[in-house]
Amino acid sequence: MGMEQIAEKYFRPGRLPHIWCPGCGNGIITGAIARAVDQLGLDQNEVAMISGIGCSSRSSGYLDFNTANTLHGRALPIASGVKMANPALKVIVASGDGDCTAIGGNHLIHAARRNIDLTLVVYNNSIYGMTGGQYSPMTPKGSKATTAPYMTIEPSFNLLELARAAGATFVARATTYHVPQMVDAIAKGIRHKGFAIVECVSACPINFGRQNKAGAPAKMMEWQRDHAVMVAAWEKMPAEKKAEAQAAGKFPIGVLYETDAVQEYTEAYDGVIERARR
Amino acid sequence: MSRTLLLQGNQAVVEGAVAAGVRFYGGYPITPSTEIAEQLALRLPQVGGKFMQTEDEIAGLGTAIGASMAGLKSMTATSGPGFSLKQEMLGLACIAEIPVVIVDVQRVGPATGQPTSPAQGEVMMSRWGTHGDHWVIVVSPSSVPESFELTIRAVNLSEKYRVPVIMLMDEVIGHMREKIVLPDDYQGIEAASRKTPSCKPEEYLAYAADKEDLVPAMAPFGSGYRWHVTGLVHDETGFPKGTPAGTVESLNRLHDKIYNHLDDIVTFENYRMDDAEFAVIAFGGAARSAYAAVNLARQEGLKVGLFRPITIWPFPEKQVQEIAGRINGILVHELNYGQYVLEVGRVVAGACPVSLYGKYDNESATPQELLAEIKKAMKK
Repeated sequence: MGMEQIAEKYFRPGRLPHIWCPGCGNGIITGAIARAVDQLGLDQNEVAMISGIGCSSRSSGYLDFNTANTLHGRALPIASGVKMANPALKVIVASGDGDCTAIGGNHLIHAARRNIDLTLVVYNNSIYGMTGGQYSPMTPKGSKATTAPYMTIEPSFNLLELARAAGATFVARATTYHVPQMVDAIAKGIRHKGFAIVECVSACPINFGRQNKAGAPAKMMEWQRDHAVMVAAWEKMPAEKKAEAQAAGKFPIGVLYETDAVQEYTEAYDGVIERARR
Repeated sequence: MSRTLLLQGNQAVVEGAVAAGVRFYGGYPITPSTEIAEQLALRLPQVGGKFMQTEDEIAGLGTAIGASMAGLKSMTATSGPGFSLKQEMLGLACIAEIPVVIVDVQRVGPATGQPTSPAQGEVMMSRWGTHGDHWVIVVSPSSVPESFELTIRAVNLSEKYRVPVIMLMDEVIGHMREKIVLPDDYQGIEAASRKTPSCKPEEYLAYAADKEDLVPAMAPFGSGYRWHVTGLVHDETGFPKGTPAGTVESLNRLHDKIYNHLDDIVTFENYRMDDAEFAVIAFGGAARSAYAAVNLARQEGLKVGLFRPITIWPFPEKQVQEIAGRINGILVHELNYGQYVLEVGRVVAGACPVSLYGKYDNESATPQELLAEIKKAMKK
């Protein structure tokens, strides 16, 4: 399906144009979610999309599913409640890097630990965009932000290692430059039975780019092209070369980890009900 | 058939929740409400419901709101520190009109305060705790049997008006054991459910309210009616209009859907009030001392009665005004430095003297202590 038909089918009539700035990657990620749902052939009535607060979280309002734009950092608990009440729903969570790793960080690790069947799509633009460019836990150390005029001194999270250590059973990364791979990663995340996280590396040319002299939106996407390495190639790298690549700011994209060895949470809860009724 | 049991107030809440059809609980352990979580962890799966012990208090109410969006009657329980943390979520439930029940078993505060001692320090917080103009229903039981009945009522009101209902208990009622007679099965219990849309899915406007009750129909997620929940001020479509007039219209409806139905929502008890010349106003655990103090006063020939609000918010304005017009004075007794008395004073507006016996020493008043305060107040 072409983007026009995707927009026709999955975007709510009358809600566009979106609020995002020119050059923002959020539209690409939101489009990728719609394409992933389409690729899987899911019924829109059976998809729920829950978001928090921030630029990224406006996405839920544009898409024609069962949607909720909730509170800052709180999308995961609300999504967990939705999933518990109706496990047949495919529940997608849209969250920004600040939403998900700062104010919602505790919910992130516990949703991952439970292995509840949610697909968390993290719109990672390395900055608080909605409030005008403050640093987030995902802002690279040494960046400028409105709250770090002398550069950030805090190291950033490795979000996917964090999620995996906490118990996520599907871990993937994509960038807004690599759209088909992003669609594929999100689709696989939705299909995965368990907690899936897809980090979508995005650009905020206005509130991150300008402060950090990152150049025009296209240049920021070229940065993604030049720093993302397909996971297959990444894994083949000898240790020394990998360390070199990491030092140069390169990172792997694709499905980095997946296991079906852990029982999914709502399924495990069916066992609780069974034991309680014995 | 029925069974006669000796239960704690907290356990009666659990049975009330099961009887009312609650099928989801999300919460975090906190004294003195923990028994509610423990017992629901046991009871809910027995009836096909679900219990989640969440990572924090915020997620406790968050999961309950999510489960309610997907169609389950849902609740959470907590105490002061947790109630503080839940305030943001409470505001979301108000503006998005998601039915949910929050039980707050009050202890001494602020902060850690005295976790195992009774207080009624959240009277104002239960009404005004979350930011922005908002309207909620708060009920407060005074006995174990009433904890059962009021939990059912809280669920029903929440479903009917699509509003969070706070069950404001205190450590006295939560931990006290009393005799309670419960039906063997809960089939005969009157359980209200939110109304669902009857229009076609493509015609569904999620926040278009019926003119009579001002409450919009709510479709559970997954029912084929796709809609948008938001914490932004929104119009009947569920999306922000962003105009001053639109904001006023939205907020007015959230107010009016409650305040146009006060006769249905506000409940109270008059105890020995028929010929009373002086009234005590008390609710929850504090009312226990008040029944006994009124009886002692009567033994001494003093014409004292008790007005006990059961719905404490919205405030029983009409009833208190009526009482104030026919008696010589009111003593408000509450387990705090003086909160409800502010509202009583505002409503009475000088029609009779209003005094306060606020007790904040982490113990309930003995009937004798309260009687002495009644006598003092009657001399004013």
